[in-house]
Amino acid sequence: MADSNPPVSVTQQKDIRIVEFTNNRILDEANIAEIGQTLSALIKERNNPKLLLDFSSVDHLSSAALGMLISANNDIREANGQLRLAHIKPQIFEVFRITKLDKLFKIHPGRAEALASFLA
Amino acid sequence: MGVGGSNRRGGGARRSRLKGGAAPDTGAHLANGKPTGAAGGQEGSLIFTIPSDLEQGHHVQRQILQAAQANGFHGESFFALRIALEEALMNAIKHGNRLDPLKKVHIEARVAPGKVEIIVEDEGAGFDRNAVPDPTSQENLAKTSGRGILLIESYMNKVKWDRGGRRLRMIREDKPTEKN
Repeated sequence: MADSNPPVSVTQQKDIRIVEFTNNRILDEANIAEIGQTLSALIKERNNPKLLLDFSSVDHLSSAALGMLISANNDIREANGQLRLAHIKPQIFEVFRITKLDKLFKIHPGRAEALASFLA
Repeated sequence: MGVGGSNRRGGGARRSRLKGGAAPDTGAHLANGKPTGAAGGQEGSLIFTIPSDLEQGHHVQRQILQAAQANGFHGESFFALRIALEEALMNAIKHGNRLDPLKKVHIEARVAPGKVEIIVEDEGAGFDRNAVPDPTSQENLAKTSGRGILLIESYMNKVKWDRGGRRLRMIREDKPTEKN
């Protein structure tokens, strides 16, 4: 069962949506599905969507969570948008490296660098 | 359902009780040997049979991880174990048994200081490990599934699939560490 708290919080800076994970683990199926739906809605809400995912609170994720992130990445590409990932802890980054998803996603050390990397 | 081992020692024997009639078939029993490890852990086996239910899979996962923590798995080794266990259980429940409630997943975890061996067996059709596409190849990179096996094999020291891919045996060995 999903937590009663939403699994992400969304803020905005200019035309960029910043999505922060509120749970330290992105594991639970229901949780992953809910995050996927939120990202999907954010991608659909405007043309050329710009999304920044902040992983600062994430300590653990699963291959199902990676699948959800890839799905969001595919959707955003289709919508001519841009996706950036930031603040990924070393252990989690290792998961991206093993799966070579560090090559698929645009990953930045911090939020400022990620924000600066969006193309106008 | 009873405790399988004869030399059960106080406090450390972990018996798992799962809701919905999914009590483990033999409970948990302690292996012969010294009950304390480097981190004050307790050697033993945890044995479960659960229906193909994700929630029950997580329940099993929590119990095995608690036993591993008591045996010196922290930090990196704990992370590795958790990710491999998550993937192994989800694989068996979702892909092996295809969430069929009539099919069971059998799990055995042998936990000792600095060493965890886990066996996960499902009742599905099995699979050919060598026929699984490489998820890291360029053409598969944007696919949304197929990474669980890679993660298991990356984070465990020894991994073996047998019984036509229905049974997974995996081992992680590490120097036990104190919780930081």
